[in-house]
Amino acid sequence: MTIDVAIRHALERITLDVQITTGDGMTALLGPSGAGKTRTLDAIAGLFHPDFARIVIDDVVMTDTATGVWVPAHRRRIGYVFQEARLFPHLTVRQNLGFGRWFGRHRTSVDAPIGFDEVVDLLGLAPVLGRRPGRLSGGERRRVTLGRALLSNPRLLLLDEPLGSLEASKREEILPYLDRLITELRLPMIYVTHDWHEVEGRAARTVRIDEGFGRMARPTSNFEL
Amino acid sequence: MSFSPTDLAIVLLSLKVALAATVVSVPVAIAVALLLARGRFWGRGLLNAIVHLPLVMPPVVTGYLLLRLFGRRGPLGAWLEDTLGLVFAFRWTGAALAAAVMGFPLMVRAIRQAIEQVDPQLEDAASSLGASPAWTLATVTIPLSLPGVLSGMVLAFAKALGEFGATITFVSNIPGETRTLSLAIYTYLQVPGNDAHLWRLVWLAVAVSFAALLASELLARRIGRTTR
Repeated sequence: MTIDVAIRHALERITLDVQITTGDGMTALLGPSGAGKTRTLDAIAGLFHPDFARIVIDDVVMTDTATGVWVPAHRRRIGYVFQEARLFPHLTVRQNLGFGRWFGRHRTSVDAPIGFDEVVDLLGLAPVLGRRPGRLSGGERRRVTLGRALLSNPRLLLLDEPLGSLEASKREEILPYLDRLITELRLPMIYVTHDWHEVEGRAARTVRIDEGFGRMARPTSNFEL
Repeated sequence: MSFSPTDLAIVLLSLKVALAATVVSVPVAIAVALLLARGRFWGRGLLNAIVHLPLVMPPVVTGYLLLRLFGRRGPLGAWLEDTLGLVFAFRWTGAALAAAVMGFPLMVRAIRQAIEQVDPQLEDAASSLGASPAWTLATVTIPLSLPGVLSGMVLAFAKALGEFGATITFVSNIPGETRTLSLAIYTYLQVPGNDAHLWRLVWLAVAVSFAALLASELLARRIGRTTR
């Protein structure tokens, strides 16, 4: 998979100027908070319309402000694990997961990389399937969000601080699942964090974003394509 | 105190009129509320003003305009009779229409506020999962606005139950057809020496209103449980 992202957008305080060329495996987007990392993910997902942008995934132009191309978010097949989870409060965990599966099934002929039971197994969600999001712990909420995104049959996964505001023990609860996604499902992902340790040894490529300015950094040690 | 069959018929007619007015309004009110809350189009302010007119205009004026528009010789009334066989003039359906129009702004306001309170980030989440804008409306926005839809229905039902001016102007005060509780009480007020009968109707009005409030409270609790 090849992912080409070029974004320029004037924000209130900074100018977002990001150029990324990446592909399979995990791409880490590193930088302090407020640097424009989430905006970059929003632009890739099609949830945010930058002043100038060209976003191409595997020769499919998703966004091109020069030619006016704009694939709406629901047709991009990009899974997004939001920082605030954004689970649907009126649905149970089972229904939240089902939401991802239902709409994932109907947007492509490609089979989802993973089934409902596998996701429940992989993320250890069986005990909470009947609960509503309001009654979940922080770690459980993140796992459900991740599962919902996986079931929506994405070709690319965006993760926005998936471990943010979790205690160390809860972090260790999530990280093994991410490793399995990379090794077993071979799902390309862009991982946003301000903490280098979360992606150390996992990320194939690293992008540093500071004050809105983001460029590819030197390949990390286990660089592979 | 005993109630005559006529009294019960009046209560049933009032409930029928108010219920029909409320139920028929809901889909239209949801559509208009969505347009007002989310639409970006020329004439949104105008639409908003038109929706709110019945709240501000004297009910008699609303009733008169309905008579002109939906009377058997009115442009809309004649057309509806020809195409659908639907007659409003001097029928209970007309009373329901008048009640619906008078309650419409209240219903739209409540639904609109609820829609505006739905977190747009949840809608973004739905589209990132592959739901089209229409599906997102149907599965996220509207379900999350249900408490507002319900309170809008309660307001509109209450308004419909008590509606007087537009109703009597549009469909007159015909026993058994358009004489709802309010109109019946007004009628008995015109004739001296009817105090006992009058009181019976007043008590019925209080009882019906109270029951409606209780029912809506129970419903609100149930919906509140599922959307939290």
